[in-house]
Amino acid sequence: MPAISAPPLPSEDKRWKIVNGTMRKNGFARHALIETLHTVQSSFGYLDDDAIRFVANSLHVPLSQAYGVVTFYHYFTLKPPGKHTCTICAGTACYIKGADKLIAAAEKRLGIAQGQTTADGQISLMTARCVGACSRAPVALCDGEVVGEMTREEMLEQLERWTRE
Amino acid sequence: MTIEELEQIAKNVQQENAKYDYEVNVCMDLACASQGAGALKDALVKAAEAGAKKVLVRRTGCMGPCSHGPLVRVDPEGKLYHHACANHAEAIVNSLGKAPVPELECDLNDHFDKQVRVVLENAGYIDPEKIDDYIARDGYKALLTVLTEMTPGGVIHRVMESGLRGRGGGGYPTGLKWGTVAKAAGDLKYVVCNGDEGDPGAFMDRSVMEGDPHRVIEGMAIAAYAVGASKGFIYVRAEYPVAVARLTTALREARRHGLLGNNICNTPFNFDVEIRLGAGAFVCGEETALIASIEGKRGAPKPRPPYPAASGLWGKPTLINNVETYANIAPIVRNGGKWFHDMGSERSKGTKVFALTGKITNTGLVEVPMGIKLREIIEDIGGGVPGGHTFKAVQTGGPSGGCIPAQMLDVGVSYDALLKMGSIMGSGGMIVMDDTSCMVNVARFFIEFCMTESCGKCIPCRAGTAQMFTLLTRICNGTGTMDDLALLEDLCTTVKETSLCGLGQTAPNPVLSTLKYFRNEYIEHILDKRCTAGVCTMGAVETQLPSEVTA
Repeated sequence: MPAISAPPLPSEDKRWKIVNGTMRKNGFARHALIETLHTVQSSFGYLDDDAIRFVANSLHVPLSQAYGVVTFYHYFTLKPPGKHTCTICAGTACYIKGADKLIAAAEKRLGIAQGQTTADGQISLMTARCVGACSRAPVALCDGEVVGEMTREEMLEQLERWTRE
Repeated sequence: MTIEELEQIAKNVQQENAKYDYEVNVCMDLACASQGAGALKDALVKAAEAGAKKVLVRRTGCMGPCSHGPLVRVDPEGKLYHHACANHAEAIVNSLGKAPVPELECDLNDHFDKQVRVVLENAGYIDPEKIDDYIARDGYKALLTVLTEMTPGGVIHRVMESGLRGRGGGGYPTGLKWGTVAKAAGDLKYVVCNGDEGDPGAFMDRSVMEGDPHRVIEGMAIAAYAVGASKGFIYVRAEYPVAVARLTTALREARRHGLLGNNICNTPFNFDVEIRLGAGAFVCGEETALIASIEGKRGAPKPRPPYPAASGLWGKPTLINNVETYANIAPIVRNGGKWFHDMGSERSKGTKVFALTGKITNTGLVEVPMGIKLREIIEDIGGGVPGGHTFKAVQTGGPSGGCIPAQMLDVGVSYDALLKMGSIMGSGGMIVMDDTSCMVNVARFFIEFCMTESCGKCIPCRAGTAQMFTLLTRICNGTGTMDDLALLEDLCTTVKETSLCGLGQTAPNPVLSTLKYFRNEYIEHILDKRCTAGVCTMGAVETQLPSEVTA
């Protein structure tokens, strides 16, 4: 049975037990791939090669398929996030209310493009398809917290605070 | 769980609530929460404890007019307060039974008068994490009635009779779909709820899942009984963590009350639901792609037929409906198909929830009877365009829809009317644009969205949207030519007619509808190198067409 032939945990890190727990809950079934990857990402912040290999081997999914799934879905990231994350929503309502200008201002201030992290690992600048808070557009998520009617000044101030930390 | 037990729970809740003189309901939906509703609720609880009056403070789902948040409704008066914050808590509690707090009063009669609440009937009245609150408002009554008094055929007949059409956008008659799955051969069938609300600018499904999760579960259970399924999946976007948490709680509570699991209500009916997380792929709203995603694969659609009703999840007959569709089921069962059929327009029955956003005074969630004029939604309910600007267009249907201009505002909202205008009903996003929006740029925005969201399986969508994006970028840059425009129109037709799934087939809609109603803006960009709205920066670097299309 798959459970018996499961590969050993990649390291002593306790978080792998949480990952294993998700797979066990789903009976190590192949269809638990996305669920398990979600658990890895919420535990570790991103998916690295070791993690993808471990999950693929445990669920008996070809490595190519696991990698294909990871790169297909936007939510999964292969890079570790910065200490802080500023996610600017680029949904339609936010776009109509000037989210593109916010993104441009943040890119200019941090000197990175959207989807990147500053060299000191302090701030990641991300965009989202829509976080569903459209009634308060433009919206940004500062470390996961929704800030509605975000202004350029307010956002730059926040970035400034994070940079100085 | 029996009907009597259900009624007993409802009675207990009512008795418990009767102990209080006043109820203070605080909207804790995302929009209000982001404006300090959490602190407000804590302060209200504190003030209520300190005061002499018996006050029940309750957190609720979305009350509707998010731009007025944080919202508080005081019952039994039904007085609505807007822009309330923690500092107002004492004043609110002190004012109970006396004159209302003047600085928080708002007049939203125009906003609410034209709305009819079916899907959102509990929004603002129940605590989404308390199953008893839901039961006290007739929750799960429909499920138990169905299980003890109706045949599966009878349920399907009732849904058919209601005239309910799929609320995910396509508008396929729900009863017909249920009938097909019921007739499909096989012991094992699945019921799937599509909560992958991928349309940017739409958040109705999020609000329903967060504010009234049991309603969705009840609808799914009724559907499962009708089609003969024993297992259900709710596919939710990972971007909606609160919805996932609320649904998880709701499922646990429903199981604990014996409303999910084996032998529900002492009948042979078994049903349980699992949550599956999406991972940020717009194409997964398409049913065959959604199925692939639940199976743990890349969300690539498959050609239909076979339809999921015949061969869906793991090759078994599968019923897929949208969140809002399921949310309509319990009231239809409770009140009868005719009740629902009497609402709405000729071929679109019932109500529809819209997320009203963009350049409009009252942003938020509204639920209106089908057939209502767009003008009524935008001017009366929405309060019109703010800041002295003029209305230009309203965008419906997300990236698959179109932009409707001012001269069409007197058309009644229905599946067919919107389709005729070059848009679609979609899941219910309604984004208002004013004179500061450039329609060419809007078209480019949507095509960029479709280009990046294309799964890449079929060429018309994968390459077509990329070429359309290049052409639109050139027009926005001021480097486009009239030949580009002709090529763009030609590509629209090709992509529309030859793409594999709904994403590609509808991707050209935003371009086609803006070309239909705002062609002058395209011409102006090309010939005059001018963008009246002042959005496009003309004279940028010319983008070269990749060799693929010119070859």
